[in-house]
Amino acid sequence: MQLTNRSKIVSNKKMTLAEKIYLPAVLSGMSITVKHLFKKPATIDYPKKTREMAVIYRGQHILKRDENGAERCTACGLCAVACPAEAITMISAERKPGEEKLYREEKYAAVYEINMLRCIFCGLCEEACPKEAIFLTDKTVPSTFERDEFLYGKSILTEPLNATVDVSKRQTKDTLDFKKDSNFAHNILFDPSKPSKKSSKH
Amino acid sequence: MLAFIIYKFILVLIVFFISLGIAAYSTYGERKIAAFLQDRMGPSKAGPYGLLQPIADGVKMFMKEEIIPDVSNKWLFILGPCIAMFTACMTGVVIPWGRPLIIGGETYALQITDINIGILYVFGVVSMGVYGIMIGGWASNNKYSLLGAIRASAQMISYEVAMGMSIIALVMTTGTISLSEIAAQQDQGMWNIIKQPLGFLIFITCAFAECNRAPFDLPECETELVGGYHTEYSSMKLGFYLFAEYINMFISSAVIATLYFGGYNMPFINDLGLPNNLLAILGVVFLFAKIVFFIFFFMWIRWTLPRFRYDQLMDLGWKKLIPLSMFNIFITGAIMIAKDLF
Repeated sequence: MQLTNRSKIVSNKKMTLAEKIYLPAVLSGMSITVKHLFKKPATIDYPKKTREMAVIYRGQHILKRDENGAERCTACGLCAVACPAEAITMISAERKPGEEKLYREEKYAAVYEINMLRCIFCGLCEEACPKEAIFLTDKTVPSTFERDEFLYGKSILTEPLNATVDVSKRQTKDTLDFKKDSNFAHNILFDPSKPSKKSSKH
Repeated sequence: MLAFIIYKFILVLIVFFISLGIAAYSTYGERKIAAFLQDRMGPSKAGPYGLLQPIADGVKMFMKEEIIPDVSNKWLFILGPCIAMFTACMTGVVIPWGRPLIIGGETYALQITDINIGILYVFGVVSMGVYGIMIGGWASNNKYSLLGAIRASAQMISYEVAMGMSIIALVMTTGTISLSEIAAQQDQGMWNIIKQPLGFLIFITCAFAECNRAPFDLPECETELVGGYHTEYSSMKLGFYLFAEYINMFISSAVIATLYFGGYNMPFINDLGLPNNLLAILGVVFLFAKIVFFIFFFMWIRWTLPRFRYDQLMDLGWKKLIPLSMFNIFITGAIMIAKDLF
């Protein structure tokens, strides 16, 4: 049975004179290698230069803040449920009066940990999140020597206040449409003075 | 007399340290050239462009734990790398590095010793180099080491015959076996490669085999023999073997440049009417340029050709190169007679 058309019948043919004196083959080989001498190396000098990542690359996670700098995460746990690798754990807490600037809604994640050794960077947490709080970024998780250093808490994951990470390119059209839909009140900026519209469809 | 001794002593030191320096930087060059030929970058972390890599390697070699196998013959085990290193360093003394310097009416030859049988000396010392490999391989008491050593000695003995015969043809045309005279003869741009193209081809092939370089690096072929004759060696003793290989490569390049490529001569440079001492220094530069080219050539070949099978190696040595070198002697003789007659 023929599986591929790449099979060759082994021949035990005698070498020709040109093959016997090896020199033509040696010279052609040398011309090939010397061409490579002047080619640009394929290596990326990693710590100094980094590979250009796709805008939707799934790297290290980020816990987003909203426009006012409050954390969006409400510790609903949907990301942890969605996570196939069970990498996410969290402990929720209730927002105290006076913490409105810190946390967007009444409930927040007091502890939010992702085990980067378990994480498979599938992006299902990002997909599951109803609050647009967790996103994967194009940053790669750096290697360390100890296993417990891979347990990333809120101090690493939360978006820094002064350096906003742009995730707009990661959001598909579906997500953006979903965001515009005023039926889902959590997607517009939470304003306690205006009562949120109740959906008539649902 | 004292001045003579001091001058020779300085010359010996310079040649010794240049040999070591070039050997050290050959390891760097080898890795860089290998990388470039394979579209990689090579060592680039130690210093600018990785230039301190040989020093880092040397420190690593010295710091490593030294293991002498329990079952080995300890004296011979230590003697092996010593002989390899010693013979590698010894060959440099007969190479004419440049034309004589004239300082204050005194002539200083840029050659440590101008013995009139320079080529024979080189051959004698190079063939002793095989003892380093043999003793090291045998004393390790390891079958892979022994196999590597046997391969090395068989290979070196086979190729030495063809090498010697290719030299005979050269000696026939030059009429001398003193390296300084052979180098001096080529000062008019008539390099010996023009007179002896076939001989050069045989000589360089044999030089590859003598240096145990690819495509003839069967004594240390990793896929079959782990590490070959230096399987059991560690620390700086291993370093000595590897270092000796690079010094041999440097000396082979120097011998090839001297015998076939005019040594320190460059065509038309004599017509410029430069002062003698400047010419001498330029000559050293030219010789080193040629040597560097041949070291590059050695590496270029290594990263181009796959290793020969052992029977192919022996076949090439005994059945092709030796008859070819005999034919070369015959042709050379015929041409010389024809020249005399007409």
